[in-house]
Amino acid sequence: MSYVDKFGQMFFAIGLFVVIVALVLLAVGRIGGFRGDRIVGRTFVAPTLIMLAIGLIYPAVLTIFQSFKDASGNSFVGLANFKFIFTDSDELITLRNTAIWTLLTPFVATFIGLIYAVLIDRARIESYAKALIFLPMAISFVGASVIWKFVYDYRPPGAHQIGLLNQILVWLGFAPQQWLLNDPLNTLFLIVVMIWIQSGFAMTLLSAAIKNIPEDMIEAARLDGVYGIRMFRYITIPSIRPTLVVVLTTISITTLKVFDIVRTMTGGSFNTSVIANDFYSQSFRAGNQGLGAALAVLLFVLVIPIVVYNVRQMRASA
Amino acid sequence: MTTSAPPVGLPATQTIAVTAAATKKKLTSPWASLFAILIAILWTIPTFGLLVTSFRKPIDITRSGWWTGFGGPWTIENYKTVLNTNQGGATFKDFFVNTIVITLPAVIIPLTVGALAAYAFAWIEFRGRAFLFVCVFALQIVPIQVTMIPLLQLYVKAGLAGTFWTVWLSHSIFALPLCIFILHNFISQVPRELVEAARVDGANHVRLFLSVMLPLLRPALVAFGIFQFLWVWNDLLVALVFAGGSPDILPLTVALANLAGTRGTAWYLLAPGAFIAIAVPVILFISLQRFFVRGLLAGSVKG
Repeated sequence: MSYVDKFGQMFFAIGLFVVIVALVLLAVGRIGGFRGDRIVGRTFVAPTLIMLAIGLIYPAVLTIFQSFKDASGNSFVGLANFKFIFTDSDELITLRNTAIWTLLTPFVATFIGLIYAVLIDRARIESYAKALIFLPMAISFVGASVIWKFVYDYRPPGAHQIGLLNQILVWLGFAPQQWLLNDPLNTLFLIVVMIWIQSGFAMTLLSAAIKNIPEDMIEAARLDGVYGIRMFRYITIPSIRPTLVVVLTTISITTLKVFDIVRTMTGGSFNTSVIANDFYSQSFRAGNQGLGAALAVLLFVLVIPIVVYNVRQMRASA
Repeated sequence: MTTSAPPVGLPATQTIAVTAAATKKKLTSPWASLFAILIAILWTIPTFGLLVTSFRKPIDITRSGWWTGFGGPWTIENYKTVLNTNQGGATFKDFFVNTIVITLPAVIIPLTVGALAAYAFAWIEFRGRAFLFVCVFALQIVPIQVTMIPLLQLYVKAGLAGTFWTVWLSHSIFALPLCIFILHNFISQVPRELVEAARVDGANHVRLFLSVMLPLLRPALVAFGIFQFLWVWNDLLVALVFAGGSPDILPLTVALANLAGTRGTAWYLLAPGAFIAIAVPVILFISLQRFFVRGLLAGSVKG
């Protein structure tokens, strides 16, 4: 395909949807007053409902059925796929890794984001300091993975190290390490990338919450002789508690579905796989549709309670 | 950023600024400042190291660490190489074009379709409205993984496999619940009197939507537009599943991930490749920081 072809297709696609919306508007444009509301309302939501029904609901229901079928998707096998996930030794490592990711990332990222937000609050260079930490949010997980793969790069002892982390070890007199090869620590080094990305998100939300703490409350506490760590413990933390919960749950939802980092840095090898990565491998590489579907359903089930809690907290804090 | 430093210059605010400065002195010790600086450095060095590397000669990259390379010699040869040589079926120039071609419709389609639905859910009375809106809202919970195998089979049946349509439609569909939720939040806050006045003047829903709501919706459209732009531009999973097999349509992220998988030590290709992939979002970030943050926060639970 030439570039002209590609851009032609692009403009055609955009045009097509704009025309569809224009036609919808034209078709109901003549219907005035309050009586036609039912028709107008249904026509307005029709494109959305059609897209969601075909592209989201139907596939999701089908996947739930698939999760009870065998690798080729032909015959029912009951709960065999789920039983496999909870008994097979490789799958158990996948589950273990997912648990480590989902527990560690939110707390560490939120902790760093919170400390940083407090320390730079009202500093003269605050907005620059924030931008620095927030910038990784703009970078794709793939880009971030490549950046960190370079930090972890390994050369045998004696050779010139080109990865910063191993060079620091060598400077300190230790032997260079294969950071991404040695289980189970390699999972932690992958998690560092996610923390690097998510801390900026935590910092931005928490910083806004800290600025919302009423000035007279801080003033009153100070008159009572509350400063420093105690101010942080007894005034700051209780005041921003709702935001803290939202940040923690939001990051854990993102982390639960993490795929790009594992895929790019290790491909799931060396015991680093997580559910989302295993879903991809089983569904689209190993050709095991049943197991792939079961992993997707498991992800769905795990995410529900966190999302529900998250939405309720958001409502409460709004 | 969402908030700014307290304004200075007026007498009233000056006192606040002074007490703020006093608080600050009490809150932060030299150790605390040191810690903040340490985090800032730690957060910047990885990106900086790869950026320096991307401008070094291939032979220098393999022979010495980037921290020794500040003296040069510098070169843009690596960028030329990765842009113009075949990397798994096409060049990075092609992948860059593919990313643009994928991203724009995947942002505009859900915005147009979603704005229409959000308006109807907020301002038109029809039976089943509340129920349908709750359904759309609840669909945000579905992880995209759950839809992928059947969706791929649908695309194959419809003859769309291997075309941009697979990626456009998938991204648009996955974006709709959140898009409608955000736009609805915004649109339902328009004062009722404004809507009623327009209707008394004889405006029907089409005119109301086009001439009253769309202009008011602009900030929400921009915020969600930026979020969706980043989401699609930086996405790996959707592109890998639906476009992964066709070099004609696969985007930068997939190309970069493939390169990391097949030529994991070819840093003279990986470093410039990574910066080509992240350049546009980073420039967007630097130039539109405020909108960017707002957009990102608006859609942070997606996926």
